[in-house]
Amino acid sequence: MDKPFPYSEIVMDHFANPRNMGDMENPSAVGNVGNPACGDMMRLFLKIENGVIVDAKFKTFGCGAAIASSSMLTEMLKGKTLEEALKISNEEVVKALGGLPEAKIHCSVMAEEALKAAVNDYESKEE
Amino acid sequence: MISIQRFFKTVQTEKFAYFDNINTTFPDPRVIRKINEVLSSRLGNPSSHIHSAGVAAGRIIDEAREKVSALIGASPENLIFTSGATESNNLAITGFLKANPDFGFITSNIEHFSVLNQVRSLRNDDIDISVLEVDRYGLVDPEMLEKALENNPSIVSLSIANPEIGTMQDIEKISDICHRHGSILHSDTTAAAGLIEIDVDKMGIDLLTLSAHNLYGPAGVGALYVNKNIKLASIFEGGNQESGVRPGTENVPGIAGMGEACDMIKNDLKSHEERLKNLRNNLWKSLEESVRFINFTGHPEKRLPGHVSFWVEHIEGESLLLLLSMNGIMASSGSACSSNLKAKDEDELMASHVLDAVGVPSDICSGSITLSAGRYNTEEDFNYVKSVLPGLVEKLLTMSPSYDDYTKNKETADG
Repeated sequence: MDKPFPYSEIVMDHFANPRNMGDMENPSAVGNVGNPACGDMMRLFLKIENGVIVDAKFKTFGCGAAIASSSMLTEMLKGKTLEEALKISNEEVVKALGGLPEAKIHCSVMAEEALKAAVNDYESKEE
Repeated sequence: MISIQRFFKTVQTEKFAYFDNINTTFPDPRVIRKINEVLSSRLGNPSSHIHSAGVAAGRIIDEAREKVSALIGASPENLIFTSGATESNNLAITGFLKANPDFGFITSNIEHFSVLNQVRSLRNDDIDISVLEVDRYGLVDPEMLEKALENNPSIVSLSIANPEIGTMQDIEKISDICHRHGSILHSDTTAAAGLIEIDVDKMGIDLLTLSAHNLYGPAGVGALYVNKNIKLASIFEGGNQESGVRPGTENVPGIAGMGEACDMIKNDLKSHEERLKNLRNNLWKSLEESVRFINFTGHPEKRLPGHVSFWVEHIEGESLLLLLSMNGIMASSGSACSSNLKAKDEDELMASHVLDAVGVPSDICSGSITLSAGRYNTEEDFNYVKSVLPGLVEKLLTMSPSYDDYTKNKETADG
């Protein structure tokens, strides 16, 4: 990237070319967090087979860091068991993104919360 | 270091549509030449006014003072050079109230922080303070001002134009009201100067703030016009520079650059004003037709030439700004998220007080976009924005769960 931007190259890449963005048909679980009043809102879709996340998709209303955090999270989730997935912390998302400005750490927290919300949704359906 | 010629060449060959003139402008090549000339002239301190190097520096300041005064229809002896608009605003308000402690202070809730934040320190000094609420276009209600002035004379500080939403106040009417009540008017013209004609006598402005870097001059220099009948106290302790009101050795190269910028602007202000007004109206109309969920901010007619501001439902301001930047369009935002990216933590991410004041709903708006053009912006720049912006908004809409919810609710409602 030849132009200077306020985020790391990885963040800018995920913002400009978000991975796994879009809707999912018949998801096994959906996690909704945030709201537009807070400036960000994330919806995470998971397809789970035999306890393994086989697909993850997202839709996000938010700043560059929020979109990049969502995109990175979905990449990290694919192929993981639910147990492994739940161990992913917001710090790991930040690390994978090559860092986030202090004021934007909450975007990665939102990603972690969306994951927890999706897993809760899955577990409540299983019961 | 790259030369200016090369810089401008790069600017023209690559996409570089600069629409953030409200935050700063590029110094004009004539200004840069002047500053270079002054910097390499072996000048003394203007206060060393006996030897020739000092006298030469003093003359450069005198010349600049004439040029800056001429831009606003003022007499040179009524102009004080400062370090910029923030200092001018502080000197105007706090300096005035220091010398006239019986006066009150009135301002509006959309003023710049360098005006609004003085409320806090002035409260400690037992000054009578009113902060007027503007209407949804960002206009001050003359009746409200009249009422606020009933009790005692005040210094009223209202900017001619708001940088974020572009709205221009009816400043002549405001100054009439102030003067009828024995009050005085300070106006921060940082956003307006260089874009519209300003005349202190015609407009009835008693104290006027100018910032050089907002009118094609260098950063770090500004001015304050002070009507000759007004007494100001210095807000710094120091020597006798600038009639003792603004002590400190003068920024001679910066002042010379500001003078050059004002002189240049004075020559062709009118033609740029007309041109930018037309381009603005055209862009407004185009975006109104091509951008879904767009909500314009500020007054549709009483607004700065070349200034279009808006927010878009279901998308966040910073992400649109970033996409614009990736496409070579530089704009600004009053978005909660991007206004303070370097904040220590998210608690410092505050929604814009201006958007709040004009009643933009915080539950569906997350940041606005300000496109502000200046004299270097071409019609091609405007056309480029028109062609690129709608697609970027669509891209963000496809990513937005808020837009999804809206579509689903609409489908349900429509049956």
